Amino acid sequence: MGPKILSANWDVPGSHTLDVARSRGTYSRLAKAFSLQPSEITQVVKDSGLRGRGGAGFPTGMKWSFVPSKEKRGGKPVYLLCNADESEPGTFKDRYCMWLDPHLLIEGMIIAAWALDCHTAYIYIRGEFRFIQERLDAAVAEAYAAGLLGKNILGSGFDFDLHVHLGAGAYICGEETALISSLEGEKGQPKLKPPFPAVEGAWKAPTVVNNVETLAAVPWILENGAAAYKALGTEKAPGTKLFSVSGHVNKPGVYEIPMGMPMRQFLDEVCGGVKGGKKLKAIIPGGSSVPVMTADEVDKCSMDYESINANAGSYLGSGGFIVMDETTDMVAALTNLLRFYAHESCGQCTPCREGCGWMYQILCRVRDGYATPEDLGTLRDLADNIHSKTICFFGASAAMPVQSFLTKFRDEFLQRVQRPAGSMTVVASAPIAAGGA
Amino acid sequence: MSHGAAPAASRGPREWSHDQLAKIDVILAKYPTKQSAIMPVLWLAQDDFGWLDLDVMRLVARTLQIPPSHVHAVASFYTMFKKVPTGRYVIDVCQTLSCALVGAEAIIAHLERVLEPDAHGNSKDGLFTLHKVECLASCGSGPMMQVNEHFYEFLTPDSVDQIIHGLRSGNPLPTPRPEANEWQWAPRS
Ligand SMILES: Cc1cc2nc3c(=O)[nH]c(=O)nc-3n(C[C@H](O)[C@H](O)[C@H](O)COP(=O)(O)O)c2cc1C
Ligand code: SF4
Ligand code: FES
Repeated sequence: MGPKILSANWDVPGSHTLDVARSRGTYSRLAKAFSLQPSEITQVVKDSGLRGRGGAGFPTGMKWSFVPSKEKRGGKPVYLLCNADESEPGTFKDRYCMWLDPHLLIEGMIIAAWALDCHTAYIYIRGEFRFIQERLDAAVAEAYAAGLLGKNILGSGFDFDLHVHLGAGAYICGEETALISSLEGEKGQPKLKPPFPAVEGAWKAPTVVNNVETLAAVPWILENGAAAYKALGTEKAPGTKLFSVSGHVNKPGVYEIPMGMPMRQFLDEVCGGVKGGKKLKAIIPGGSSVPVMTADEVDKCSMDYESINANAGSYLGSGGFIVMDETTDMVAALTNLLRFYAHESCGQCTPCREGCGWMYQILCRVRDGYATPEDLGTLRDLADNIHSKTICFFGASAAMPVQSFLTKFRDEFLQRVQRPAGSMTVVASAPIAAGGA
Repeated sequence: MSHGAAPAASRGPREWSHDQLAKIDVILAKYPTKQSAIMPVLWLAQDDFGWLDLDVMRLVARTLQIPPSHVHAVASFYTMFKKVPTGRYVIDVCQTLSCALVGAEAIIAHLERVLEPDAHGNSKDGLFTLHKVECLASCGSGPMMQVNEHFYEFLTPDSVDQIIHGLRSGNPLPTPRPEANEWQWAPRS
């Protein structure tokens, strides 16, 4: 399956400890980093084509280069925030990056900090990951004790402090401006952009927010060079990516593959195919917020940003790959997702706050057989009127599943509303699919 | 989004211990503003005082020199800050899509049968509080639940019974199954 960049150490016993990490080469890239000018490192990352793994796929080197120069910052510091909020349904890769190789992330953050002239960074980790926070804290303490963090790292003259900040249960804090609000001790509510965080972020200072997986890729890129990274994956989506695979599949789990593998091959060969030999009905390829794909579309796509977008109108997102077999009730599946969005809306924007709850209520009625065909029209209108009309991308994230399920699995929705009202048995507590229980 | 828990009954004014004050100093040193320490200090308070009543929130406000109303606003925004007392074991069972595809409904129904929670999720014996929650990043190893800090995955009615029964008999929380440390799972029978 090609080289492992992010998960190379995961099956080494004790991989989370400093001794084992060092024996595997972690922190060996720091010497090279400190021998380069910060701008040279940003250039390597730019040249590598690395794109953010948190969901938006924004080029990482370009993001770093948006940070104003020292002269233009007027004495303000630069902050680096590692987004470890990992709450997008279907996504569970950062969890293992931190659990099994915390030192690789720390090394990546030191290199990024050197490139950004940043002296203080935070890892913002979701509150439910307290057990991982303990491990991260221990790794950070080991790194301090070994002189890899703190003052004058490895005699380079570079000072860098790293802290772990624990969230407390709010999906929206994964959105970068909400994450910043939360870190500042506010309610975790997003802010309008611009200003973008790279110009004005945490405590009004330039701030780079990067996902765990993005930062963990940096040491390999620095060691092996941009060309080696570009040699993996596709032209526009270089490198490897971690996919979190869940649902009706024989071998769920986290897989690191080069970008661009045919999706069918990934499903059948890497993930062991659909569970129980059943037929595939649908896949959500990038976490719950991206449009759903039909089995036909799966056959046309490969595992990279461009192909998924061109052939299925969907997105690679966070790489949360949710597999649904032929028994899946798509109405119930969408209703389940909308409960999530109705619950997690931060409530600032009326279309999102009211719309998500409203869509969820309509969907409950559709699912339970009490809806009319007009309700489907209202549902579609609501989704169209939330998308792009809110402060943050959460609104679109709730609208896209609705729009895509309604379009691609129209018959299932129509069937549910074309019966005489009340003639269906209430299925609220029925399983979404036969594949699981 | 805040779900506005009612202000809780007072347990009387609170003070920090020396130990807690030392920990707060360590926390404050990590941030450029005092307000930024609000979440870690709320976590500390919750760990030691059990839950965040208004007196605890006032203490946090005084310590960080911010208005009590702001502490209340922040505490209410985040679901993991407890504004009401809970049982000794808080069971957060995931109900989101990936878990639902592999049988979360049956596990939730089973938990409800076994625990008979009231409207607040509390079991009669006061030992448990059951919450149905959204995705906990365990989607490939569902159905799953979090009990206090631990994740329990690949749940079956039997494994749920074992955990609940053990806790009811006064045993400590069991060590999560080794699968919690794996990241790929072959077919299981
Ligand atoms: C509603 C919402 C939730 C998000 N949740 C996460 C998350 O849990 N983790 C993450 O890394 N990025 C998340 N993001 C994306 C971040 O806003 C941001 O783009 C990302 O952390 C940048 O890092 P990257 O460039 O390395 O991907 C979310 C975005 C939105 C709109
Ligand atoms: S779109 Fe939704 S989540 Fe985002 S800021 Fe508006 S209300 Fe909050
Ligand atoms: S859907 Fe249950 S843990 Fe993600």
